[in-house]
Amino acid sequence: MANRLNSGGTLLDRSQTIIFTFNGESLQGFEGDTLASALLANDKVMVGRSFKYHRPRGILASGAEEPNALMGVGEGPRFEPNQRATTTELYHGLVAKSQNHWPSLNFDIGGINAKIASLAPVFSAGFYYKTFMFPRAAWKHLYEPVIRNAAGLGKPPTEADPDTYEHFHAFCDVLVVGGGLAGLAAARAAGEAGAKVLLVEQTAHWGGRANAETDIDVDGQPAADWAARQVDELAGMENVTLRSRAMASGLYDHGYALVYERVSDHRPGQPGAPRHRLWRVRAKRIIVATGALERPLAFANNDTPGVMLASAVRDYIRLWGVLPGHKAVVYANNDDAYRTVIALHQAGARVAAVLDVRAQVTGTLPDQVRALQIPVREGHGIGKVSGGKRVTGVEIGRITGTGQMGGRAEHIACDVVAMSGGWSPVVHLYSHCGGKLVWDDAAVMFRPAPERGAPTGHDGAINTICAGSADGHLSTSAAIANAVATGRAAAAECGHQGAKFPAPKASDPAMAPIAAHWFTPSRGNYAHGTKHFVDFQNDVTAADVRLAAREGYESVEHTKRYTTMGMATDQGKTSNINGLALLADELGAEIPAVGTTTFRPPYTPISFGAITGSAKGPLFKAIRKSPLHDWNAANGADFEPVSDWQRPYCYRRPGEDRHAAVTREILNARQKVGLLDASTLGKIAVKGPDAGKFLDLIYTNMMSSLKPGKCRYGLMCNENGFLFDDGVVVCTGEDEYLLHTTSGGSDRVHGHLEEWLQTEWWDLKVYTANVTDQWAQVAVAGPNARAVLEAAGTEIDISAEALPFMSYAEGQIAGCPVRLYRISFSGELSYEIATPANHGQILWDALLAAGQPLGIMPYGTEALHVMRAEKGFIMIGDETDGTVIPQDLGLSWAVSKKKEDFLGKRAQERIDLTRSGRKQLVGLATEEPSEVLPDGAHAVAEVRPDGLKMRTIGHVTSTYFSPTLDRSIAMALIEGGAARMGETLSFPLEGGKVMRATVVDPVFYDRQGARQNV
Amino acid sequence: MSEPVSILNRAAAPAGCTIGIEDRGLVGQVTLRGDLASPALKKAVKAVAGIDVPKPLRVTFKDGKGAVWMSPDELLLLTDYDQADTLVAALGQALARDHHMAVNVSDARAVITLSGGGVAEVLAKGAPVDLSEAAFPVGTARRTHVGGIAVGFWRKAEREWEIVCFRSFARHLFDWLIESSKAGGEVGDL
Repeated sequence: MANRLNSGGTLLDRSQTIIFTFNGESLQGFEGDTLASALLANDKVMVGRSFKYHRPRGILASGAEEPNALMGVGEGPRFEPNQRATTTELYHGLVAKSQNHWPSLNFDIGGINAKIASLAPVFSAGFYYKTFMFPRAAWKHLYEPVIRNAAGLGKPPTEADPDTYEHFHAFCDVLVVGGGLAGLAAARAAGEAGAKVLLVEQTAHWGGRANAETDIDVDGQPAADWAARQVDELAGMENVTLRSRAMASGLYDHGYALVYERVSDHRPGQPGAPRHRLWRVRAKRIIVATGALERPLAFANNDTPGVMLASAVRDYIRLWGVLPGHKAVVYANNDDAYRTVIALHQAGARVAAVLDVRAQVTGTLPDQVRALQIPVREGHGIGKVSGGKRVTGVEIGRITGTGQMGGRAEHIACDVVAMSGGWSPVVHLYSHCGGKLVWDDAAVMFRPAPERGAPTGHDGAINTICAGSADGHLSTSAAIANAVATGRAAAAECGHQGAKFPAPKASDPAMAPIAAHWFTPSRGNYAHGTKHFVDFQNDVTAADVRLAAREGYESVEHTKRYTTMGMATDQGKTSNINGLALLADELGAEIPAVGTTTFRPPYTPISFGAITGSAKGPLFKAIRKSPLHDWNAANGADFEPVSDWQRPYCYRRPGEDRHAAVTREILNARQKVGLLDASTLGKIAVKGPDAGKFLDLIYTNMMSSLKPGKCRYGLMCNENGFLFDDGVVVCTGEDEYLLHTTSGGSDRVHGHLEEWLQTEWWDLKVYTANVTDQWAQVAVAGPNARAVLEAAGTEIDISAEALPFMSYAEGQIAGCPVRLYRISFSGELSYEIATPANHGQILWDALLAAGQPLGIMPYGTEALHVMRAEKGFIMIGDETDGTVIPQDLGLSWAVSKKKEDFLGKRAQERIDLTRSGRKQLVGLATEEPSEVLPDGAHAVAEVRPDGLKMRTIGHVTSTYFSPTLDRSIAMALIEGGAARMGETLSFPLEGGKVMRATVVDPVFYDRQGARQNV
Repeated sequence: MSEPVSILNRAAAPAGCTIGIEDRGLVGQVTLRGDLASPALKKAVKAVAGIDVPKPLRVTFKDGKGAVWMSPDELLLLTDYDQADTLVAALGQALARDHHMAVNVSDARAVITLSGGGVAEVLAKGAPVDLSEAAFPVGTARRTHVGGIAVGFWRKAEREWEIVCFRSFARHLFDWLIESSKAGGEVGDL
């Protein structure tokens, strides 16, 4: 650990050595290190290459804003790209790899981009738009493959993630975001007042910058000690929850915030612990105490490894005892950077010079620096950084009144450059939900301006307030005072006005005014051979912004997209303000006139795992299981999804394929008897004095005339007249009905009924209940069906006379309480038997046993489908697609002409629904009986040669091979179909093949219905 | 003849869960829809089910019987499995002159007992409901969703809750509860 100081590092536990690897090299760090601090400690200054030019890059920052030091972290299934080294806590066995280089970090072919770029403006603003226009084919075969190979951040993992993730819903009065001095003060004030407080901090440590500053006192003690005491106090408060490693990633409407908790990133593989937990927080008030971020300065080659933010240099020294360089140059436009000069000096580094763009530097901190015999060069700036993979020196000069680089060129050797362009409040969260900003010319920053617009709650009151430096109070004393007042006010707005937390007195060094400075030119021709980086992660330079302005871009939103500035994973945390200031400068406009881009969640990237939570694998989507599911599964069921249900497509016997099983099941039901698990059918109970009237409105046909003990098939249309569900309605008693719906339609239909009852027909005295899950339902279908019921044992008179087709009875079968419906979807003699679901298996077993001598076999959904198609029965979703009305399907008989009104009646009188030539349901018989039409095949008016458009006149809606008829059958919706009986239609298929089929009646089997009426 | 069995057949959480999760087995359940504010209905419920009509978002329990507020015009009455039909019939008689609906739905739902101090925290991993002691004291009920499915749950006692869902989703809910209560995943907030 060449750069590790012998002492210091407030976050370190030096007793715990940690071994990790970087690009295969084994290195050491300490408990408390981040990957970035450990790399710097090991003198790994160059840690990656840039996105576009593959330029060598080092660590720029010390926190969430880091644009350069993105790593692939972990191995195998736990590999994850684009992890910021600055926010990755070091752990034993951590494996990190640098990104964007090939074949190695030190020698990179893509770096040639940079070499060319130094001679010609390659990859400048709008480069992609301008360059790859011609020839067209070159994009696909040349440009794109090359660019895809070279571009992009990191590599995606190749194995499934073994970790678990979860969500957690939390509710509080006040959510305080940020555990620095302001956040702690605000939380304390709100907590003391009695509010329920949730305080979240993105790092593992409380106190924020207090841990890195030595010149701030709060209540007479060092700021870090004061912060530690607040944490202790808050931890002891019942009404306060503290979470570190928890980053508020987004703020949404009405006080809804997402907090991304990295539960075990720092200890991978802890048993039982999720890796990440996404907190879904509802807060009455949100205090954004997210601090401020330091801005870089734009000067030539400011991306050379070793050029760092001044605050980051200070952090590495004070928080982690790492000295990033031994000979430093500090370049700044403000007093705060002088704290870094002092930190460097105290750590034993030589500060060769402080370059300050201000013509006169008079502050307290600069005076302290001068007293250390460190030269302060007023009105000076860096003209150019020298060094490739590491800073070797800077060329400095005097900044003239017109902003040019003048005076005598001077070279200063150094191995680290600390830069500071001033501080920007972190207003991201506040802005996510509409918080407006104002430009503060004196402080050179955008600060929150709630008077111009702020996030509001359901009641219209402002619910999000910035506090501390996030609110623009850069001095500690002002920040703490502001935070205490904000915390107390937020609690009061939630109705808590308990104990008053006395505002602590803080003292920190006075700061002389900052000077706005956005660009330091190099000598000579503008940007010749050098690059002044604005956006490090997306490789956008000052020249790109200038070019965009020259080409007519005035809006910052357009410039952002044209140059890609601020569009990388760091969302421009270090670049946005500099970029728009440069744009304003170039346009000759004021910064407020240019405006800001929009901040969007997440603040920093969050894992897909956290978003997914536990909804993966078997818990990804709930599967509905029938009461007979386990039996089905154990008896050869080959399942298919039917909406959320899993239903047996068929029951395969050993050696059988699906087709053979389906054929067997159909023939057995037609010749003997079959058993179907029909439990998934929707069942809705409807009751009340107006129930009949209600059903007359809901169904197209008359239901109020249905007598107890009788069943009737009904159609439901929406208010546009289109058919959306069907099923058998049973009158179970006086003013009591049971509605059967399609398997997929039960929830939808129940919602439909309730919506009409609650919003339009609230005067009707009707109640409904979705009882789908209450009943196991079994269809017994086939010539032997009655014999099966008799054998199973029932006291119900099931004779043809007592229980004719479309009638209903209650009683017991095989000792199970049942509702018995004599209805048929197969065309056979058929009973559907419903028993309370907990009896389902008993009934099923009894029927199977009783039917054994009668040749009973279970059958699945495919046999059901084929048999109903043989009978010409429609299937919602096959013969309907949301544009089909009952009349199209030959179901006019089920549309009442007598009723005054029903849903869809008026719509069905519209011209388009009554015109001739609508598609109508027909049957199709292929010319070659063994050939089955493909599902969805289109019929055309005239077959034309390949490549010529053909007019489509309809399409196949259901198509099967019918074992009963030993030929193919199909149904189709064909223009004017009813009038085309006997016509032969052509169905052009892939590869030039044309199938031909004759239009026939859609009822293929037993047109008289003799089989079901026995 | 075999006996009816509940969908989860008395399944219980395996070792390694922070809370108790156990299928209650057969539970008599009756959906009663009607005007919950009407004296007739209140009287009928009291007389027939032996229990008071709960206030909104509340549940009342007495002598093994329960009444859960499900919506402004719906209660779920809980009783012994073999008493549900009797209850439906008795309600029908008591409310013969009032528009109402009483349905035996004992087989429609799974009822799972959750026990221990960590129940609220486990449920909060799925339900967007404030489950803190102050917001969800004993006797509170809520219909909501967890793991992508509709559920209802109520707090019977300090450390005893019940959660219900339609039986076709019961296995999914059971698995979700186990996954969400694994030791090591405690949040430490509720």
